[in-house]
This record gives sequence, structure tokens and C-alpha cells, in this order.
Amino acid sequence: MSSDDTDARGNRILEGERKAVYVRDADGRYRKQASEGWKVEEIVTSAAVDEFRRLANTTLADCRAGRASPLAYYMYRCRLDPGSLAQAAGIATWRVRRHLRPGPFARLSPRLLSLYADILDMDPDSLRQEP
Amino acid sequence: MAVASETISRQSLARDFSHQHAAHCESGVMAHLLGHAGLPLSEAAAFGLSASLAFAHLPMIRINEQALTSYRMPPGHIVRGLEKRLGIRMRRERFRDPLSGMAGLDRHLDAGRPVGLQTSVYWLPYFPEDMRFHFNAHNLIVYGREGDDYLISDPVFEHPVRAHRTALMKARFARGPFAPKGLLYYPEAVPESVDWSAVARKAIRRTCMMMRYSPVPWIGVRGIRYLARRLERLPKRRLTTRQQQLMVGQVIRMQEEIGTGGGGFRYLYAAFLQEAAGWTDSESLAQAADHMATAGDTWRQFAVQGARFVKSGDEALLASLPDLLRHCADAERATYDLMWHA
Repeated sequence: MSSDDTDARGNRILEGERKAVYVRDADGRYRKQASEGWKVEEIVTSAAVDEFRRLANTTLADCRAGRASPLAYYMYRCRLDPGSLAQAAGIATWRVRRHLRPGPFARLSPRLLSLYADILDMDPDSLRQEP
Repeated sequence: MAVASETISRQSLARDFSHQHAAHCESGVMAHLLGHAGLPLSEAAAFGLSASLAFAHLPMIRINEQALTSYRMPPGHIVRGLEKRLGIRMRRERFRDPLSGMAGLDRHLDAGRPVGLQTSVYWLPYFPEDMRFHFNAHNLIVYGREGDDYLISDPVFEHPVRAHRTALMKARFARGPFAPKGLLYYPEAVPESVDWSAVARKAIRRTCMMMRYSPVPWIGVRGIRYLARRLERLPKRRLTTRQQQLMVGQVIRMQEEIGTGGGGFRYLYAAFLQEAAGWTDSESLAQAADHMATAGDTWRQFAVQGARFVKSGDEALLASLPDLLRHCADAERATYDLMWHA
């Protein structure tokens, strides 16, 4: 059916690890087998990883141009987005979005800055710095 | 001499424990812990007997800005389902802070008891870099300790792994949805015997009810057709090609999620149906197993075509996806009809 390698075996994202999958053997029994994965998973996982990378690169430029706060960059670099960061911090998403702007971020309380830093596994002083 | 004993680092190891590879973390952990506690259970049985097969597409719930698509019941369902259906008593402990969480874990390890943990994936150092996303409902077993290194049997990995205390603390106490709060769990009591045939029949009916007779449009076979319609309408919405690709990508990622081994848990469930056919001596269930595996194949066909779209953005590929999903819906419906009457 396929003229490309989309359904080929192998998934470099697994870095050599093998997953267990269930396959039907010659006797018709479904059994576990170690698998190197397949390209489909590599493609869709890469798409998600690349999107975070793209967002991190865009916000890095925005940050340096004074359009976004350091939090915006570090958030995407950590593979978080406003919604998930808000849930991790236990605050409303609209407030996180405000903190992605330089002005509101600069006025952030030390408590909230520490909370963000803890979620991102960073030192609060590093989080204030322009990346 | 006192000096010698102080310089020996802390060590503990569960007895008679050896790593097992599994397709899915929660079913893998439960099968392993129950086996260790004296109630041998395959991963497929752990998954099937807890009636954990599902399908849902929920645009009203967003994960990383994408609609939630799930091919199984929510995290925790396997543990709770087995508890109820098999009459197991599980002990659960949660902690207010990482230090007491680690002290609690160490107590069990010192007593030679392996325990299940709920953790974030992102902070586990042995996970491949590009698989580290913020998913807080991963499950693994800790079975020993060497100084500050914890010995981990993570079912989705082929071999035992390790994590340093600091990393494990971060993983156990990550914030966000499904925050683990240091949850550890293990079976406290298991039944002497189980009527596998009866438990299997009840669990199978429950899965059929949910998938075949779902009362809401986003769940079950109805949910698969709902997703097909949403993909059909995708070109009409004001989205960029990239946004469309990410949406389709997310649907397939959840199908391939750690871990299903592909096919959205359908192959794992086929293995369960085959076991159940043995317990119940039912030819229909044996046939249902093959039907379920075929349904898994239709999901793989959808996934291949979807991945092609994710790579190329070709509109024609997107247009072909709704019908592939309808094949999945048809294949699943036929399977549940067979299961219901088995």
C-alpha cells in the first residue's frame, strides 16, 4: 500500500529503548514482544517537540525585543504552555498570560516568582534574567 | 566496629522481585504487584478485568491547547477497577512534602516491600529526551535502593532503571493536572481465589455498555464518529495548516501513548479477550479477540495516513481521514456486538 516509509519500523526518539507491543503469533495467540517502535510515532512526537521548540525560539526573539517576559521563553523551553503552567501554579490562565508580558512580570510578587521558578526547576534570580 | 558500619551506604532490595516489561504503565504495575503479592495476573487481564478500554474525544477539555483524545479510562481506573472486581485491598499513601514522601518510601523499601508510585514523566532522568512531556499520571515500581539511587522497575522499559533521590522527589511531587502528591500504593490483601470467568463476563459487559451504548456523543463508538465529523469540518474552521497538523498529530500521539504499543490499547484488549475466552470456554469471545485485533489494525491504518498528513500538510490526506475513522468505528461496533452476545 505505501510508497513511502511512514509505516516503517524504528523510532529514533526511543533512543534505542524498546517498547512492549502485543502481536499475534503463528499459533494465533496474542503475546507481548519487544519493539523498536515505528515511524508514525516518531513523526507525531517530533511534531509536538518541534512545536515547543518553535514557540521557544519565537518567544526568545520576542523577549529580546522587549515584547515578552523571560517567563514566556522558559515556559515553552520547559514544554509547558499557559494553560498547563496555570494549572501547575494553581492560578487562573488569564493571570499567567499577563505574566508573559514584560511589565506585569517585572512587578511579580516574590512568592509567585518563586512558585514559577520551582515549577520550572530554576533559580528565581535566573528566571528574572533575560535569556 | 562502629566506624565501619557508619560508612556502609543504605541499601535495601525487595525479595523475589524481577523486572517485567509491559505495554502500559498502570496495567504493568498492577499485574506485577499483584503477582508479587500472590495473585498472578497478566497485564492484559489487569487491563481488561478493570474494564479500562475506552474512547473519548473531548474538545471542551484542553491539554497543551489540544482537545483531549483518550483510548482508555482515566488514570487510576485500572487500580480501582481491579480493587473492586477482584476484592483486593490496596493501601495508598500521599504526602504533604517531598521529604516525608521519601521517608515513607524508604520505610517500605527497608521492610523489603516493592511499591507502586505515581509520578510525572518529565522529571524521570531515564526517559528519552523527546519523550519527556508533562504527564503526571505515570506509574512505576520502586523495589530497592542503593544509597541515594532508587532501583526502579518501570514497566514500559525493557530493563530496570534508576533515578537519583532528587529526581524522584521532583517526579513524585510535580504540580499540575493529576498531581501525584507522592502517591505510593501496594496490595495489602489479595483473595485466595477468584472466579475469573464471572469477573471477566461482568467486565466485558461494562466495556460494551460504555463503548457500544454510550449516552453522550463524545464517548465510545459514537465518539469515534464524532471525531470523524470534526476532522471533516477542520478545513472550514479558521486554522492554519500547522494547527490542523498539530490537532491530527495529537489524536495519533494519544493512540501511541506510553503505552499502548499502538492501536490505542486494542491489541492489549484482544489479548485479554483471548484469555477470557479460555476462562469462559467461549468461542464467541475467541472470535471477538480477533475482531478486536482487526479494529487495532484499522486504527493503525488511520495513524499511518494521519502521520503522512502531519508530515506533508497535504489537504487530500486530511480529507481521507474521516472515512478511515469510520472504518475504525465500524470495526469496533462489530466487535462489541460479538462481545455483548458472547
